Parts: sequence; C-alpha cells; structure tokens
Amino acid sequence: MSRATAPLLTILGLTTVILLAQWEVIDSYVQTVLMFIGVNIILSTSLNIVNGAMGEFACGHAGFMAVGAYVSSILNIMLFTNDKNFGWELLPPEMTIVLFPITLLIGGIAAAIAGLLVAIPSFKTRDDYLAIITIAANYIIISTLINIESIGGPRGFMGMKKIVFAMQDTLNIPWMILWVGVFTTLTVAAIRRLMSSTLGKAIIAIKQDEVAAEIMSINTNRMKLVAFMFSSGLAGIAGGLFAHILGYINPNSFGILKSTECLVMVYLGGMGSLSGAVLSAFIFTLLLEALRFLIPAIDTVLHWVHLLPAGYELSQVWKWVLIPLLLILLMQFRPEGIMGNRELSDVFPRLKRYFSFS
Amino acid sequence: MFDSFLQNIFNALQWGSFYSLIALGYTLVYGVLRLINFAHGDIFMVGAYIAFFVATTFLGYALSPTAALALTVPLTMLLTAAVGVTIERVAYRPLRRKGANRLYVVITALMCGLILENGNLALLGASRKSFPQLLDKTVYTLGPVSLTNQKLAVIACTILVFVFLQFVVTKTKIGMAMRAISYDKFAVPLMGIPLDTIILFTFVLGSSFAGLAGLLFALSYPVLDPYMGALVGWKAFISAVVGGIGDIRGAFVGGFLLGFVEILVVAFFPSTYRELIAFTILLLILYRKPTGIFGIAGTTKI
Repeated sequence: MSRATAPLLTILGLTTVILLAQWEVIDSYVQTVLMFIGVNIILSTSLNIVNGAMGEFACGHAGFMAVGAYVSSILNIMLFTNDKNFGWELLPPEMTIVLFPITLLIGGIAAAIAGLLVAIPSFKTRDDYLAIITIAANYIIISTLINIESIGGPRGFMGMKKIVFAMQDTLNIPWMILWVGVFTTLTVAAIRRLMSSTLGKAIIAIKQDEVAAEIMSINTNRMKLVAFMFSSGLAGIAGGLFAHILGYINPNSFGILKSTECLVMVYLGGMGSLSGAVLSAFIFTLLLEALRFLIPAIDTVLHWVHLLPAGYELSQVWKWVLIPLLLILLMQFRPEGIMGNRELSDVFPRLKRYFSFS
Repeated sequence: MFDSFLQNIFNALQWGSFYSLIALGYTLVYGVLRLINFAHGDIFMVGAYIAFFVATTFLGYALSPTAALALTVPLTMLLTAAVGVTIERVAYRPLRRKGANRLYVVITALMCGLILENGNLALLGASRKSFPQLLDKTVYTLGPVSLTNQKLAVIACTILVFVFLQFVVTKTKIGMAMRAISYDKFAVPLMGIPLDTIILFTFVLGSSFAGLAGLLFALSYPVLDPYMGALVGWKAFISAVVGGIGDIRGAFVGGFLLGFVEILVVAFFPSTYRELIAFTILLLILYRKPTGIFGIAGTTKI
C-alpha cells in the first residue's frame, strides 16, 4: 500500500478492459460506452479548468472539439488512405500505430490555437460578455467547417474507420480503447499536476479576485492564455478521439447542444473539482445510456396502467427533457454539484495514502 | 443594383425587428437581475406555437381572419407571459431566495430552454406546423421597391414596443424601481419597493414581447418547428450584447445592426456564409468595445 497504488490500479484497470475487449468478453456496445466515458472525462475535466478553476463561463467547448476532430481526421486520411480529395497515401498504413497519437496531438494543438479566438478577447472582457464570445466562437468554427466544401461541408466527413482498421490490421488489439484510455489518464494526470502547481494556483487566484491577483504580481493575461489554450487543446484531443470512435463527423454535431453537455458535466461534478468532473462524466454518460433503455420501459409501464393514450409513444426525445429537469432539481437542492469544490481526497482523507502528485 | 440594395434594406429592417424584439426581452431581464435568461429564445418559440394554437382555435369557430388576428395578439402575449412568469416562479425565484451564485441561475435558464425545446418536440412531434394566413398579403410598390403590409407591421410593432419600453423604463415609477434593483438589489427592499413584484413585471414585459415576436415571425414565415427559437434566440442575445446589454436602446440598435449585417452578407456572398461573417463582425465589435455600443464599462472597487 504505497503511494504508487492509485497509478498502478489505473494501469491495471485499463489493461483489464483492453484484455476483456481483446477476448471479446465485452461486446462492441459496452466498448463504445466505455470509450465515450473516456472522451467525456477529457471534455469535462478540461472545461473545468476554465469554468471551474478560473471561474469564467465558457460555453463553446464543442467548437474546439470540432477543430481537433477535423484536423486529426484530415491528417490521418491524408497520410494513410487513398482518398479522392486528398490523393494517394503518403505513408504506409502500418505506421498508423505510431503516428496516430501524434496526429491526435497535432489536432489538439490546432484546437489550442483556435482557443486564441476566445483567449485574446478574454484579456479585456469578463463574465457575460465572455460567455457571448465563446458562443460566437463556437458558431464561427462550425460555420467555417460547413463552408469548406473539400471536407464535406454540411454533409460531414468520414473514412476514419479505415485508420482504425489499418491499426488493427497491423496488430490486432482494440486500439481505440487503448488510445482513449491512455489519453484520458494522461489528461487527468496533467490537469492534476497543473492545478497543484504555482501556475494552477495562479489560475484559481483569478477566480477569487482578478484585481487582487494582478496586484500579487500574477500576469493574469498570461494565465488566461494558458488556461484557455490548455483547455481547448484538450478538447481538441477529445474531439480527435471522438471522430475516430464514430468514424464519421458532422459540423452540426459539435453545436451548442454538445457544449451544453460539457457544461452539464462540469456543474454536475462541482466547479473546480477534478475528481468531481471525472465522476460526473461517468454518471452522465451512463445516465444517457441508461435512459436509452429506461424510456421504453417507462413507456410500457405507463401504457399498462393506462396513463398514456394508446396512440402516443414516449420517444427518446424525452431524454433531453429528463436530463435538464434533473439538472434544474440539482441546482435547486445541491447547487454546488456532487463534490462542490472539494476533491475525493478531501472527502476521504485516507485516499491520500495511495497516490502522490509531488 | 441600387434597387436591390433598397429592397435589401427593407428585408434587413424586418429581420432586425425580430432580433430587436427578442433582444429587448433579454436586455430587460438582464438589466434588472443581471441574469442571462437563456430560455428567452425558446419562449419566443413557445410564443409562436401558442399563437398557432390560439389562431387555429379561433378560425375553427368560423371567425374572420382579421377578427381572429385581433384576438390572437393579446391572448398570445398573455399566455406567453404566463409561461415566462411560471419559469421565473418555479426555477429562478427559489434560487434567488437562497442567494445562490449567479452562475447556477444561468445554468437553470439554459436547462429551462432545453426543456421547452425538447418538451415541445416530444409532445407535438417533429412534423412542422404551418401557420394559418391571418393577414391578407398586400404588396405596395414604391418605385423599384415592393413592400408587404406584413413587413411594415413587423417594423412598426418593433418601433412601438421600443418607444413603449423606453418610456416605461425611463419615465415611470415602476421603471425607476427596475433601474434601482439593477443598481443595488439589497437596498431596494429596504426602501419599501416590492422586489418580487417588480421582477415579475419585468418577466411579464419581456415574455409578452417575445410572444409578440413569435406571432409576427409566424405571420411572416408560416412554418413552425421546435428548434426555431434556438438560433434566433442566440443571435438576438448576441445582438443585445453588442448593443450593450441592460440598455433598451442597445438592444434595439443591436438587433437592427445584426439584421443589416446578415442581409448585406447574403446580398454579396453565398447564404451559407451568413452566420460566419455576421458573428465574426460582432466578435470584432465586441473586441473593440468590450461592453457593447451603449454599455458603460463597470469600475472595479478595490
């Protein structure tokens, strides 16, 4: 029981999941849900840097996700496949297993640069005005993507499954689960390190009082730049993973609704709590999937007790009525979210024995 | 070229009117409560649907379209105001009483909007409703420019609403109370001003004009779908911010500004570029003038 327990347990858990997927103990549906949990963890923890730790209200996270998704997908398709828009493959498909994380990171860097769209105006503006800028940035990114005809425009972009198959042809293991697991773990570790460093403390100081932070010789503009770019860069990585899990992306799937999902996860978990963000990503994804089965069940029960007219059927749209309702109730009775601004290790101090982050 | 330019100006005035009417509701609530009422765009959508049901009911009783319109306008405004007030009572007021962080109220508003949108979709289905023709279309031709009475009605309504709201906020006692609340929410009840009544009144004003905007929109573009409020609402909100949120004149000017920018973009570029260029221009305006055209930069006390 040393301080290395928590990292070891994470690696062990990840290996178990990969092995289970390899031996086909868990079917592809469960695998997809697990991968979405990973992507959502990256999204919620990264938005938590800006919305939780820095106390801004950024609601355009999905825009940066779109940038990452498109950039890494296009790079992969351009390099490894024979596509009618991007010509012949430039590199042998076997190299995907090495270069996939690199293209993913390039997607993240592109998203971080797109984050400048929000970061630079944030020097002068705060609060509601900044919220608008993030919404406008989300719309700008999406309409730019819609207007680029060579990447499919409004019809979307596909072919990323070929990359996944190329990786599996080279070495037959469930690559996507591996990459999602690796990048999720790295993200959480990186954010953990950032938040416990001087840099992270400076970001938290901006939330408490921007003027006082500036007087304490914190370069607030630089901190904002770091926070926004880091957050949007991670969102870009999440987007790249998302694109390769689905194999198809469409500009409209990165709209305000997706951004709202990210917001829901952050505030469900608690502002500024990293473990809360991880926990809420788990809960939120599982809840979405559970409702997929629960709604038909509720439908059957209500028809059975004749509460619903025979011609009416509860559709999956009710999911998006129930989830906001849940969040409204949460805001009424526990507005600070699941964890508040505490970490899991603050609630259970004994956990501190099992990991270190020095 | 010049003819189509003039024609475009009238189209821009019409679209700007819709944005202005919705932006006025955003700005009223923001001006009093410092709360972005994200559900407002969807209240506009609900207004259009209420207008649809009210109008079809009246037409079902074999009323003439003009009489139906005359009854639909006040009833739509009343019912939409009821929706807005219900949201305020059920969702916002308990949070305000608890003194919750402003951000939680904003999230609640966002979620209320989602519920209205998807609840509508779930209850009424995805099929689009087509709005009955209540106003006979008359086309006036002024030289090269053709105007319809619908467009004129929309523009006239917006200007009337603006003048009315400006009068209410700056000249009346209740308007003075509204401004006082935005200045200091804690001192106002001590002065014997009924805080909740004033806030309720603000929501009645904002929501009823959103209902009016929904009705006018349905008259001009008679196809309703549950997501019509989302994009128009966001755009109206952005235009309210560009004008300087919290200022009635700002919302009015910002709405028309967005209308003009959009129509001019469509006149010179493919229409898919509309949002891209419009939002980029608005972003640039906000970057140059962070608190909007009429906004006053707040000073931070140390």
